[in-house]
Parts: sequence; structure tokens; C-alpha cells
Amino acid sequence: MKQTLLSLSNLSKQFDGKTVLDSLDLEILDGEFITLLGPSGCGKTTLLRLMAGFEHPDDGSITLAGQNLTHTPPEHRPLNTVFQNYALFPHMSVFDNVAYGLKMEKRPKDEIRQRVDDALAMVQLEDFARRKPHQLSGGQQQRVAIARAVIKRPKMLLLDEPLSALDYKLRRTMQVELKRLQRELGITFVFVTHDQEEALSMSDRVVVLKDGRVQQLGTPREVYERPANLFTARFVGETNFFAGRVDAANGDDTITVDVFGLKRTFRKPDFQVFEGQPLHVLLRPEDIRVLAPDSDDGVAGKVVERNYKGSTLDSVIHLDDGTEVLASEFFDEDDPTFDYRLGEPVKVSWVDGWEWLLPEEDADAEAEASADA
Amino acid sequence: MRSVMQQPFRTAVLVLVWGWLLFLVLTPNLLVIGASVMTRDPGTFISLPLNLDAYRQLFNPLYLDVFLNSLYMATMTTLICLLIGYPFAWALSKVPRHRQMLLIFLLIVPFWTNSLVRTYALKLILATNGLLNNALMSVGLIDQPMQMLYTEGAVIIGLVYLLLPFMILPLYAVFDDLREDLLRASHDLGAGRLATFVHIIVPMTLPGVLAGIMLVLLPAMGLFFVPDILGGSRNLLVGNVIKNQFLDARNWPFGAAASIMLTLAMAFLMFAHRLSKRRIGEDGV
Repeated sequence: MKQTLLSLSNLSKQFDGKTVLDSLDLEILDGEFITLLGPSGCGKTTLLRLMAGFEHPDDGSITLAGQNLTHTPPEHRPLNTVFQNYALFPHMSVFDNVAYGLKMEKRPKDEIRQRVDDALAMVQLEDFARRKPHQLSGGQQQRVAIARAVIKRPKMLLLDEPLSALDYKLRRTMQVELKRLQRELGITFVFVTHDQEEALSMSDRVVVLKDGRVQQLGTPREVYERPANLFTARFVGETNFFAGRVDAANGDDTITVDVFGLKRTFRKPDFQVFEGQPLHVLLRPEDIRVLAPDSDDGVAGKVVERNYKGSTLDSVIHLDDGTEVLASEFFDEDDPTFDYRLGEPVKVSWVDGWEWLLPEEDADAEAEASADA
Repeated sequence: MRSVMQQPFRTAVLVLVWGWLLFLVLTPNLLVIGASVMTRDPGTFISLPLNLDAYRQLFNPLYLDVFLNSLYMATMTTLICLLIGYPFAWALSKVPRHRQMLLIFLLIVPFWTNSLVRTYALKLILATNGLLNNALMSVGLIDQPMQMLYTEGAVIIGLVYLLLPFMILPLYAVFDDLREDLLRASHDLGAGRLATFVHIIVPMTLPGVLAGIMLVLLPAMGLFFVPDILGGSRNLLVGNVIKNQFLDARNWPFGAAASIMLTLAMAFLMFAHRLSKRRIGEDGV
């Protein structure tokens, strides 16, 4: 069982009267890769800055391994930051940038040289020690920033959207690289991003933030497959929302739900249900099955858009009642009905048990969530 | 020739710029260099033969003394401008954006008045019977007026007053460019305020300091009307010597040589400035 390394309790922060963090509680475990995910303005960067000590909370406390850090200045915190635009010192060589933290600790020269060489070897930049930051590519600057931040062997590494300035391919390479570093160093990584794909593929746990509050905290799989609310469902991945109504609560932990006039049997959700209750039935595009128009099962509609994505075929289907459905199917060369033409009538279905149910939320909250999405 | 026809606008601009540089920058400087190696002539001002007498005369103890005194006053002026300008520019870069523009505007407003007129205004303030002495006497700080005008101090005050904006503006530019995240990174890596100032802020603002020094130090040696109006007979600048050689002593070769010496000093400072910018990677490689 992993132990709590950093705990944030009741953290609040306002800027010019605007609430950025709202009594936020969070426990970060020792050695984990945790991602703060949310749209811009959700408070994720502010949260990271509070941990680093660049900002101070209006209320609440920050404790690292039992030591209260709430009012400790950044230079006395045992954690380091990788900045969004790297923030390398432009007047210093790569070597001096990486050595900076150790020089501030007044370490002996030999030790500094040895440790800087090791850190540069770790990020495969041994041959670049004498270069200036502006003589390096974006990816190389990124690696210098990482070497500089880990050289003091911090208890925790804070990464503020470190990959956002890189192109897609380099991003993927650096994602793998960061995971490898985290495994090798065994340091806790707190990673900030607005990219849900990045969050899901890299993290042990994901914190979904919105309006300065934690919406959900869980493994990538939990967040994707069992979103806690409509916001998380919309923000993480693409989702079809179907309006349903509880028809009957059965004895055997299942309920019968009326969706598009069909009676479907679903697993009973965690929340209280009663007959006649409106529900959201959530289905990911890859859960949707597109069937021939003459099949017995499913809801009738027609294909309005199809996108060839290489390994999958993504289509948009308009149901007869006007609902739009996203479907993402893997190619199956044996299936003669697989390819559709635009305008072709089809039927839409899914495998019962793959759905996720959420209760109706306040109309206000829902409107807000859709405005953010 | 085809390219001239194809790009008439580009050609016109180039001709204008090169023409300007040729006739208003290069030619006058060549004339000055030419004059400096010729012989003094009471009738035609300069005449052959060519010689280096004027440069030899620069090392005459009398003029060396003027030069050193002038360098001393200019250095004092530059130091005072730097001491006031550095924190001023730093603070200026910290105030909210819309107020920054207003403050810079206020800094530039005095340029709309001729500097000669402003120097005379300063004379009225510093005079024995002037504003400052009267104010100090009326509040009882002094019993009798102080001698402020016609002193070295008055010259330095005048120079600082005229040149301070030239120190603040380039410093403001470098402070404005100084990214907050570099300072954060420095703190993050364990540097306190003093260490961050020494290792990050000073080297990052050095190009601005050198640009400011360039814009203050050399004009401070040349602004001859400031000692003329505010200084005593002993507070001479190199600018006064040059002016005197051309207008009073009619020794053009010597005046030209002195002015070339100032130009060389300027070139040296520009070279140092370029080096410092290259260090932080602003000049490319």
C-alpha cells in the first residue's frame, strides 16, 4: 500500500475576487504518476503553483510527508518544477543550467560535475553540455529542463504542461520517455495537462478538475469507463448521451430502462433509482454497434458522416428522433455490411452491460457543463 | 537592371537609405577624419601636409586633464543614472500594463521641450537666489543661500536630468522581457532573492545596462552647453574642447581628433554591448 506523500486540505485561492480553487482536498501518494486534468481556467496550474510555492493559498494547508509547507518559500521546498516553456536560463550553458540547483546548495565542484554528467546521460544529452539553450531543439530543451529539475533528487516533480509546445510525434516520444524516467527515478510525478488522451495514457491516477473543484479522482480506466458526472463524461473522451427512463427496478440487481422506446435491461447503478426516474445512458462510440436496417435489434437512423481513421471507421448517425450518435468501429473485413454510404439507412444498437448510467443533474449544472465542453 | 525595373519600391527605399548613410553619415565622418590629419591654417582652417600632430596634442597634459575630468563627470552622471534608473525601470516593469504606458509617456514628455531651455530652467532653480535656496531658507534648513550654481555638482545634476530617460528606457526594455518563469525556476532550484538577483537578474539585464551606459556616458562627455550654463570655468567636458577648437581657437585638426576619440570610445562600448547580448542568445549565432 502506497503512503500519502503530499496532502492538500481545504485549499482555497481567489484572484481579483474570482474563485480559482474552492476548498480543495487531495492526497498524492508516494511514487505515483498523478495527472491534473481539466479545461483552461479549471485551476490546475494554480494548484501546481501552490504546491511549488509560487503562490500562496488564501485558506487551507499543504503538508509534505508530515511537514507543513503552506508558507515555506519555493527555495526551501523539496520539490522541483518543469515549466511549460522550459524556463531555461538563456545566458547559461546546458551544463550550468543543470548544475544551478547544486551550485545553490554549494556542493563541491567534483560532485556537481559528476551529478550533472549523470543527469545529462540520463536524458541522452551528454554531448550538448557546452551548448546554450537557444542552440537546442524544443525536444532537447525539454530534456534539459527535466535534467535540471531532477538533479536535486526532489521528493516530487511538478510538470506544468511540459509537452504542450512539442509537435505530435515528439510528444509521443516524450510521453514514453517521461514514464521511463518516472519508473527509474521512483519520484512522484504531478503532471498538469488539458489533453485527456495524454492524461489517460500516462497516469496511475487522474484528477479531473473544473471550477477549482475535484470532479473525479481515479485510475484512467475508472475515469473513462465510470465517469462520476456528466462533466467528466464529456471532458474525457467522446460520449453518446441517450435519455432514458426507469421502467422497473428488478429484484436481481438489474433495472429495466426505456431508451428510444426499447426496453433494455441494465445493471443497477450506485445511486438510488425509482420508477419513472429520468436517466442519462452513456455509451462510448466504440460501444455502439451499427447494424443492417433489416435487423431485429436497434434504433433506426441514417449515416450522415463517415471518417476513415486508419484502424477504425468513425461515423455519425442521425436517429429518426433527431439524436446524433457517434460510432467508432474496428475494421472487420469479413463483414459485408461494414462500409456504409452517406445517407444509407442503418440501425444502431449496443451490448447491454457496457453502458454507464448517470442521474439527471440540475438543469443549471448541465447547461454550464455543456458550455465548457 | 531587370530587378530594378521589377522592384521599383524596393530599389527606391534602398537608394534612399544608402544615400542617407553615404551623404549624412559616412561623408561627414570621413571629412572629420580627413581634417584630423591635416595642418591647422589660419586662413582656410585646414591645409596640407598630412600629419598626426593633432593626435599628439591630445596627450598634452592640459587636454589630458580636461579629458580625465570630463570622463570623471560623465562616469558620475552614468553611475547616478544607473542607480536611479535600474530600480526605476524594474518597478516600472512591475506596474499594471495600462499604467506603464502612462508612466513611459510622462518620461518622454520633457523631450518635447528643447534641452537648452530645460537647462536654463534648471539654472533658475539652482541659482543663489533661485527656487531651491529660497525654499530651503523658508523652511529654515539653511540660514544663507548655498553656492550650487557654477559647481561640478550643478553640471552633474544637469547631465543626470537630461540623460536619465536614456538610461531608463533600455533598462525598461530588458526588465519587460525578463520572464517571470525564469525567476520562478531560480527560486524553485533553491536560490534565494540575492542569489537570483546575482545569477539571473543581473546577467539578464546586462545588455540593457550597457545600452544605457552607451546612451548616457558618451553624450555626458559631449553636452557642452550644460557646463556652459551651469558650470564654472573649470568644469569642462570634451564637448567643450571640441566646440572651442572649432569655433574659438580655430584649430580644426585638433577638434576633429578629439571628436574621433569620442567616436572610438563609442565603438568600443557598442562592441561590449554586442558581446553581452550574444551571451544570452539574443543575437543569434
